[in-house]
Amino acid sequence: MDNIAGSKSSLTWAVHISTLLLVILWVFPTVGLFVSSFRTGDQIATSGWWKAMLPSEQVITLRTASPDEAMQEIDGVYVVEGNLFTEQGSLDIGAFGTSSRDPAAAEPGATFDMGDGETMTVLPNGDYRWTSTEELSGRGQRVFVTAEIPPEFTLANYDTVLGQGVLQSLITFAAGSIVVGFAAFWIARQIGFAGPKGVGFIVGILAFALLTWIYGIGTGIRTGAGSDDMGKAFFATLTVTVPATIIPIVVAAFAAYALAWMDFPGRALLIAAIVGLLVVPLQLALIPLLRFHLNVGIGKGYLGVWLAHTGFGMPLAIYLLRNYMAGLPRDIIENAKVDGATDFQIFTKIILPLSFPALASFAIFQFLWTWNDLLVAKVFLIDPTQGTTVMTDQIVQLMGSRGGQWEILATAAFVSIAVPLVVFFSMQKYLVRGLLAGSVK
Amino acid sequence: MNPAIQGLMTIVFGVGGCLAYFFLSNVVLDTFIFPAKGKNAGRNINRANMVRPWLFLFPALLVLGLYLAYPVFETLRLSLSARLPGGGYEFVGLDNYRQLLNESKFWEALRNNFLWLAVVPAASTAIGLLVAQLTDRISWGSAAKSLIFMPMAISFVGASVIFKLIYDTRPAALEQIGILNAIWLQFDGGIWSTITLKVVPAFIIVAFGIVCVWIAWLLVRPMIQKGSRPEGPFIKVVRVILAVLALLLAFKSVTGLISLLSATLAYGQPQTWLTVPFYNNFFLMVVLIWIQTGFAMVILSAALRGIPEETVEAAIVDGAGPFQIFFKIKVPQIMGTIVVVWTTITITVLKVFDIVFAMTNGQWETQVLANYMYDKLFRAFDWGVGSAAAMVIMLLVTPILVWNVYNARKEMR
Repeated sequence: MDNIAGSKSSLTWAVHISTLLLVILWVFPTVGLFVSSFRTGDQIATSGWWKAMLPSEQVITLRTASPDEAMQEIDGVYVVEGNLFTEQGSLDIGAFGTSSRDPAAAEPGATFDMGDGETMTVLPNGDYRWTSTEELSGRGQRVFVTAEIPPEFTLANYDTVLGQGVLQSLITFAAGSIVVGFAAFWIARQIGFAGPKGVGFIVGILAFALLTWIYGIGTGIRTGAGSDDMGKAFFATLTVTVPATIIPIVVAAFAAYALAWMDFPGRALLIAAIVGLLVVPLQLALIPLLRFHLNVGIGKGYLGVWLAHTGFGMPLAIYLLRNYMAGLPRDIIENAKVDGATDFQIFTKIILPLSFPALASFAIFQFLWTWNDLLVAKVFLIDPTQGTTVMTDQIVQLMGSRGGQWEILATAAFVSIAVPLVVFFSMQKYLVRGLLAGSVK
Repeated sequence: MNPAIQGLMTIVFGVGGCLAYFFLSNVVLDTFIFPAKGKNAGRNINRANMVRPWLFLFPALLVLGLYLAYPVFETLRLSLSARLPGGGYEFVGLDNYRQLLNESKFWEALRNNFLWLAVVPAASTAIGLLVAQLTDRISWGSAAKSLIFMPMAISFVGASVIFKLIYDTRPAALEQIGILNAIWLQFDGGIWSTITLKVVPAFIIVAFGIVCVWIAWLLVRPMIQKGSRPEGPFIKVVRVILAVLALLLAFKSVTGLISLLSATLAYGQPQTWLTVPFYNNFFLMVVLIWIQTGFAMVILSAALRGIPEETVEAAIVDGAGPFQIFFKIKVPQIMGTIVVVWTTITITVLKVFDIVFAMTNGQWETQVLANYMYDKLFRAFDWGVGSAAAMVIMLLVTPILVWNVYNARKEMR
């Protein structure tokens, strides 16, 4: 377009640069969380995460050797000599001091007067010389050293938050699920299913969910860190999400078929009602449904949450699927009818396989929505022993109790957003398609 | 029972049960109730086909009725009644609403909700449209879109943690680990600080005010000018209400401008952003804008692609510049989609709960209706007032609900 109107290269450059800036601005917050989850608490507290790639200047506390063991008397002066870095690797010292009030009192190489006739000299490589006019005894002298610490990343946060070694298991499962997904893709293509890629993705994700689930039962993912246990919460979220994603699809698909391809009085009215229900705030449903659940004995357990998510997802499911099914070619259905197929057969043998893209779109929506939900879980899923706390709820609790411990918070939050991000990036096509079909026009 | 096994059984029974229900009910209908044989075969087939749709619809309608339609009426009933000490309910008329209107927290929540309504849909739609246009013609556009779309997958709670890290505050002597404070401390009160923190925001506020006045004028103009299409009284009322709201916003932007210019900024002091009254609302809104922009972008990008190429080419031939093409050719053609995006985000804003709950829990004057309602229901256990607050949210959603249903019906005809 720009070329037709006479090349405006400066405008093209402006477009590229402003797009790049917007993308950086949008990605920056998430990257911060990601990077922070691999840093120790000390690192997070002493420097911004955007400096994580650079070496950071930190004050570390070291101790000289004990005078009882290492003191020598040279020309009437008592001297303790040695190197500060006995236990850890050597660092390049930028400044040192012996008081916590002024940890950077002297330059390396200079002689620092500690008072009471004592002096301290520290060289950049950690060699020190501690002198005194009187005899020294007791423990070694504390020395505060300012040094450049090279960037360092750790997986320890994930071990704390999920339990020892769980992250590694999850990665193994993910690899396994990818293999399973590819197998499903190949089989689906051989059979000739519409959308074999989507089948592969969904089977892969389900395989991952199942593996994690079974792992949670078998070895007890919950051996992690007591009340902060995100492993248990991860498991609870999965338990909520999987049935709450699958069940509404089945119920809605039949209804959508009836609304799309069967003629009966009141059809238009029903469709309009569903469009209306699309926007009813679920806040209205909380109290009546909670009372209903308590009255019929479902209580505040998983069953209640599955039913609630099924209900709240239903209008969107029916709306999306109906719109898609109504767009399928009429000929196929009429030919099948002429050949003597019943409605049930048409639905299961023709409509359902052809509607796969719409089913996938809704499945992603419902998955993301149930996985990320806080309100429904907080109202319908309460267990006094905290056995069923989902991840979003757990994180909110952590924000209260561990407000300052960013390494725990960031890791917990990243654990909870990792799965949706994978789903998002692998199935973006279906998500976009669903959004385009689902927004009421 | 182990929850995972319970879950698996629910899937098996739920899915299997549904399929069995659909299959068996069809079989029963065709072979026992209205068998397609004997002397009434023809009539039976017709009757069976009359009943069948309802068989297909029954489970879905049951769920919809029980989980969405019934609660609306039940909440309405609860909002008009009070719980008796011994159990049971008593009709109290509008008492709950009266109590609601007397609470300052409610008015604060309502004010904040309107603030959210004014800012979030506008900002998300505008940035989304900008990104959609920018990425339309560049080679790496789909990658850029994918990254801006990404926050859609992140939960409101996860996003709250992400932004809490951004807004984090540490004492002045220590190094700041929140990026916002780290940037803030770069400002020292010099000329650049004045330009970025006073002049640029002042321009934005002035532009916003002018747009508001312009919108108000557009709304009122057809009623003043002669020779315009006659309209029903209902539309006139809506026009006047919207125009008054727009003028109110314009007035607000003038007062905002004054307070901005007269404020002395605490340079060199790390700020606890989420505790600054009024402005902390905007820091919370940023989270939702960050999430919703991707949604707006995806829809608007598809709409931009759908614009007939000839219209753009004709404009180029007539000598229109890129900005004219965008504002005078493209935007008017996708106006319908912009309205859809706007209303969809408006609905999301009205229901916003998680962000406020996780970041401030309504402290420091950041309360919103959904969180206020949650507070009333599950902390104060005042179901009457809580239900009344829920009805207020429903009331705010209703115009959009009606509009959507109206459009859907128009489209089906």
